[in-house]
Amino acid sequence: MELTINGRTAYAYTGGKPLNPAQPTVAFIHGALHDHSVWTLLARWCAHHGYNALAFDLPGHLRSAGPPLQGVAELADWVLAMLDAAGVQQAALAGHSMGSLIALEAAARAPDRINRLVMLGTAYPMRVAPALLATALAEPLKAIDMVNAWSFSGIAAKPSFPGPGMWLHGANRSLMRKVQAHETSCNLFHHEFSLCDSYASGLQAARQVVCPVHFILGRLDQMTSPKVTAELATRLKAQVHTVEAGHNMVAEAPDAVLAALRLALA
Amino acid sequence: MAGLSDPGFDTLALHAGAAPDPTTGARAVPIHLSTSFVFRSSEHAASLFNMEASGHVYSRISNPTNAVLEERVSALEGGAGALATASGQAALHLAVATLAGAGHHVVASSALYGGSHNLLHYTLKRFGIDTTFVKPGDVDAWRQAIRPNTRLLFGETLGNPALDVLDIPTVSAIAHEAKLPLLVDSTFTTPWLMKPFEHGASLLYHSATKFLSGHGTVIGGVLVDSGNFDWEASGRFPELTAPYAGFHGMDFAEESSVGAFLLRARREGLRDFGACMSPHSAWLILQGIETLPLRMERHVANTRKVVQFLAGHAMVDSVAYPELEGHPSYALAKRLLPRGCGSVFSFNLKGTRAQGQAFIESLGLFSHLANVGDCRSLVIHPASTTHFRMDDAALAQAGIGAGTIRLSIGLEDADDLIDDLKRGLKAAQKAGAAGSNGLAA
Repeated sequence: MELTINGRTAYAYTGGKPLNPAQPTVAFIHGALHDHSVWTLLARWCAHHGYNALAFDLPGHLRSAGPPLQGVAELADWVLAMLDAAGVQQAALAGHSMGSLIALEAAARAPDRINRLVMLGTAYPMRVAPALLATALAEPLKAIDMVNAWSFSGIAAKPSFPGPGMWLHGANRSLMRKVQAHETSCNLFHHEFSLCDSYASGLQAARQVVCPVHFILGRLDQMTSPKVTAELATRLKAQVHTVEAGHNMVAEAPDAVLAALRLALA
Repeated sequence: MAGLSDPGFDTLALHAGAAPDPTTGARAVPIHLSTSFVFRSSEHAASLFNMEASGHVYSRISNPTNAVLEERVSALEGGAGALATASGQAALHLAVATLAGAGHHVVASSALYGGSHNLLHYTLKRFGIDTTFVKPGDVDAWRQAIRPNTRLLFGETLGNPALDVLDIPTVSAIAHEAKLPLLVDSTFTTPWLMKPFEHGASLLYHSATKFLSGHGTVIGGVLVDSGNFDWEASGRFPELTAPYAGFHGMDFAEESSVGAFLLRARREGLRDFGACMSPHSAWLILQGIETLPLRMERHVANTRKVVQFLAGHAMVDSVAYPELEGHPSYALAKRLLPRGCGSVFSFNLKGTRAQGQAFIESLGLFSHLANVGDCRSLVIHPASTTHFRMDDAALAQAGIGAGTIRLSIGLEDADDLIDDLKRGLKAAQKAGAAGSNGLAA
């Protein structure tokens, strides 16, 4: 569905079904250089099992007009504005990687509206190595290849995403390149990795969160290692679900992630 | 280009898409000869049909062994995903039928495999899809042939049989200016020699029957999507960018920002046309791909020796191999095919059709048959076999003469191949001498 936020087109995938005001809503927030399409299996499951699904394209990501917003706080406000525009008063938020920080911040800013917080592939602080940031600035395509290679735990994930025959490394690289090329106002990759690196309000935000929190972490994650989530998980009293996958767990292990999400939403 | 930590080509050829079987521990890829796959529950069944979950339902649509092949070829090509098909012809048909229907138009190179020419020139025309053929090196002709109803540009990486190298960077740029995809037949080059997606192609396919399998044992095709073409920005492909009543009202481009083509091709094309690959065929092709880098290196090394021999022989009028300076694609080949120009090429014998016949019939090591890309060396006379439906004008446009001989150089000892060719050339010479004495027709 297309909405308008601050005069700009904003898009949310609804899983193949229109929103039903009588149903609870799950909103999905993607990570850096991704878009709604990383959530389609989960969103379709939600939409066909009694939930409204809203999988956003963040500003400057393919179907949502740019320019990209300047920080996690602004993006959190944008997510809340999207819920307003869609007529959704309360929602569960599920965010991946950068999207998990946005979800955390949104849950802190509107504790009365967010009834579940699900953080996938998360870490706090979400530091980015200076060498990677420098490469992202100077040679974004090279940096995309680096991140793409580190995002998967192997080269034989089954049954593939969104269906058999997809080569996850190639599909993810194509998506990242497409999103990067589509937003011409800035180097989106560098912008978003800088945004993750500089986000410093996580523990402060955690104090404001009142809803149940679940972490879905990849045991083999090389981008946001489960080892650096402990403090945030403790502060949030998060229930941690670990899946056998790397950072791009939604594509690598869609069944396991769905099982964890169902527990989180139950 | 692979990422800094991505596995290299040889590693991907052995491992991409496959891991030891979690149930049995089988190290090699198992052959899943099963038409269908058990649902864990009614809910699981519904989720698979509704694309809420990924998995296999019925082997016409997808199969675990085929999926390994699809992922492996995608990995080697640098693509987003792939579809295994019953043959290379089925892959071409699936690509065209996914993007075009009655009233649409294709622009294709005139230097094509005869079967591809037949499909485009005769068969698809019957279904309302017209094709304009252009010389692959005529840049202006590609541009001028594009119409408002054009849906696809199509050529071969190495045109069959004269080996015109397709200028993929230029032709893909022309295609993209018109918001159209370029499809290439990459059979002759394989990803070991060239990765067309790195040069701008949007889609490619292989007759996996040839070098990918490499052993002359199986028929199959693989259609690969780069994931890089923007179907929505094009505005010409409602098949991919508007709700499809034939599959849950799904808008495939909305469903997958990089896999829309493959979703439609599988969910409609394999479902309805049904030209799927047998899992046994997929397994055989996977066996071949495991040694693709080794074989291609040897194919090219042998070919260079044979080309050098033929180019210096008195009975040979010309050799069409792009690494020779006189070939029209010499400069392009140096740029796009630095590892070599494959192992299929043609040459023209001096003399009559009867001399050509004597040449072929006296060969002992080369097998006279209609195939290429085998580990064994092969020979054929295109004008009377693969391209026999073409009239003289079409043959000439494709760069084929009545005396053209096509060779597919295998993995034997190069010296043995050259000895065999010497025997054939001597026989051709004798046939010429006999003909001049009135002893031959």
